[in-house]
Amino acid sequence: MADQKASTSIEAVESGLAAQGYIASRQIATAVYLSQQIEKPILVEGPAGVGKTELAKAIAAWRGMKMIRLQCYEGLDEAKALYEWKYAKQLLYTQILKDKLGEVLGGAQTLHAALDQLHDFGDVFFSKEFVEPRPLLQALEQPGGCVLLIDEIDKSDAEFESLLLEILSDFQVTIPELGTVSAITPPTVILTSNSERDLGDALKRRCLHLHIGFPEQRLEERIVESRVPGISQTLRRQMVGFIHEIRTLDLKKLPSVSETIDWARVLVLLQAGELDSEIVKDTLNVLLKYEADIEAAAPHVTTFIAKAARSNVFG
Amino acid sequence: MRENLHRFFRAARGAGVHVSPAESIDAMRAVAQVGFSDRDILRDALLLTLAKSQDEKLALGDCFDLFFSQPEPRQEQEANDNDASSKDGQPPSPDAANDAGGGQPTEGLGPLAQMLLSQDRNAIATAIASAAGAASLSNIRYATQRGIFSGRILDAMGLQRLRDDLDDLTAANPSLAERLRTALEGLREAVRDTVSQGLALYAREEAENLRNEILRNAPLARIEPRQVEEMRALIRKIARRLRERYSKPRKRQRRGHLDVRRTLRRNAAWGGVPFLTAWKRKHRDRPKIVALCDVSGSVARVSDFFLLLIHSLHEVVDDVRSFAFSSHLIEVSNILESNSPEVAMAEIMSKVGFGSSDYGSSLDDFEHEFMSTLTPQTTVIVLGDARSNNLDPRADILRRISERSKRLVWLNPEGRMVWGFGDSEMPRYATFCSVVRQCATAQQLERAVSDIVASYQ
Repeated sequence: MADQKASTSIEAVESGLAAQGYIASRQIATAVYLSQQIEKPILVEGPAGVGKTELAKAIAAWRGMKMIRLQCYEGLDEAKALYEWKYAKQLLYTQILKDKLGEVLGGAQTLHAALDQLHDFGDVFFSKEFVEPRPLLQALEQPGGCVLLIDEIDKSDAEFESLLLEILSDFQVTIPELGTVSAITPPTVILTSNSERDLGDALKRRCLHLHIGFPEQRLEERIVESRVPGISQTLRRQMVGFIHEIRTLDLKKLPSVSETIDWARVLVLLQAGELDSEIVKDTLNVLLKYEADIEAAAPHVTTFIAKAARSNVFG
Repeated sequence: MRENLHRFFRAARGAGVHVSPAESIDAMRAVAQVGFSDRDILRDALLLTLAKSQDEKLALGDCFDLFFSQPEPRQEQEANDNDASSKDGQPPSPDAANDAGGGQPTEGLGPLAQMLLSQDRNAIATAIASAAGAASLSNIRYATQRGIFSGRILDAMGLQRLRDDLDDLTAANPSLAERLRTALEGLREAVRDTVSQGLALYAREEAENLRNEILRNAPLARIEPRQVEEMRALIRKIARRLRERYSKPRKRQRRGHLDVRRTLRRNAAWGGVPFLTAWKRKHRDRPKIVALCDVSGSVARVSDFFLLLIHSLHEVVDDVRSFAFSSHLIEVSNILESNSPEVAMAEIMSKVGFGSSDYGSSLDDFEHEFMSTLTPQTTVIVLGDARSNNLDPRADILRRISERSKRLVWLNPEGRMVWGFGDSEMPRYATFCSVVRQCATAQQLERAVSDIVASYQ
């Protein structure tokens, strides 16, 4: 039955990603599954460091496909994202072929005749030979398909979004001199955004919209477990509980999953057996990236540790 | 089930989620992939395809829970059985009759009566749902229609036949009739709940539109205290719309002016042969606004909403400085930035509010302390009724303000008819203003601010 198949396939996605060290929540797995089934890009939004980029990497590793990454920034344009003509090569070739051209056109009596002859040769200089494919075009030309990661789309200009629309909906691009290039195998497209600006409706409409927030405590523990194998279970529980307490504070930049993992690594390096206020205060700068945040969090450290330890006992 | 999905899309639109036909097609395809058996997966799939922001996800999630909180009539055979038990967790209403049923003679009764007596909750719920479909419950728009729709649903379920059965039974079998009557009460209640749910799902958009439309055209100065909160929400909505429209900085390329420096730089690799050209672009300024708001009794409310609107346009308007005055003038930008609107307004009022207005001395205060804030890029907005209690209007200061700034816009909450009558100095001020417009309702406010911002685009 279709329904049964769907839920088992979603579980397959979950375990597949888990094998690559990416612990996905069910929403994420559903999104990945659906994007594959109905061939739609996924637009991933969420705070920095919750694993948006990692998701694309994990999918690529899991399916054994190449990952092509396009990092967006202000001023990114067609020539850097899609394709560019190799002007220098064109110039060089015209120089080299000068004599050849003379020979070809030698027989012509008039300017018109020369032009006609030239036309017979076609647009030699505007052919595939002289196109330099940039990430978007590269992604379409991969014979086995690939994972195309368009990272931080919100950093690019609004005009760039319009450029993406054709690729996102039809998996093709149009180069005026060459015609339309369609994807050999439709790539899996992942777009990420930090919501720095609102994206256009046209872009959003073409994508599945996935919001990744901070994970639940259990999920985060599993993430730490898979990423930092050397950490003991008690410490893992305590530190994740502590971070969840920290996230309730009103801070400039809340610690996200990547900070949790970093902190876990630091604690393992320092050979901490369990959390105490001394070691937390020493390593708080791994978690919090602003001086003001550290100052705001410091007075709460002792209570948070106590709370985390309590929930550890009962939870 | 497709019918149900269509109704869900309608409900979603009612909940404020933009569901375009293309998105509904996507959702259909996604649902075809995941099926209906796992409710959580279905929910995730719909959230992924339909909602396009975090707010929309929340709204749609609530809408989903409300919509599927009742067993839906199922036409398809798939997943019929295991589904029924999971969705039946919350029956629409408890059946009233609880005494021992079954084994009673029910032959000769209509189908509805039999169904009620057998207390088959699933069958009853299914019957209600399909009757609701027949009565096109999804067309309900206003709370006043509740009675009509309840009646229609009950009729569609065969209430008439049930009444006849009741009449017959009262004579033949009083105790059974009594049971049937209690069951009927329960049924009525269930139908009423269904209709209320339908109202909550389908009529929200319509009712909200109507209320907003009335609110938009209500004079701001005279709205009732209980409407203030709604008006604030409306103003916030307007601000969001203006932000969406104007926040994207548009670079308009001005072809025809070659940027020689950038062109040479870009083509250095080819020995300066200009393959790639770079063109000069026209830079546009972000709006700079200086707002002078009259907060004397008559205009205070309008100023309140105006300041709220202007200060919620951060993304569009870089630089706003606000001043409030009645008999003298103070700067209020910081108060507005650091407090919630209610607190800020109360503080402003305690400092300068409710005096009798004196435009002359307020303008004088402005000229002495803040004239340097004006640049040739600044739009100055004055909001007030220009009623200066027959004191010197000092229109000469307004002329100097006008000369120093890009534009001077005067928004007057009073109608044009009364400008110039009594102590109104409007005609005298109007000569120095680029634009003078009436601004009494939320709609006029939106248009005025939108025009000002658009002039920078």
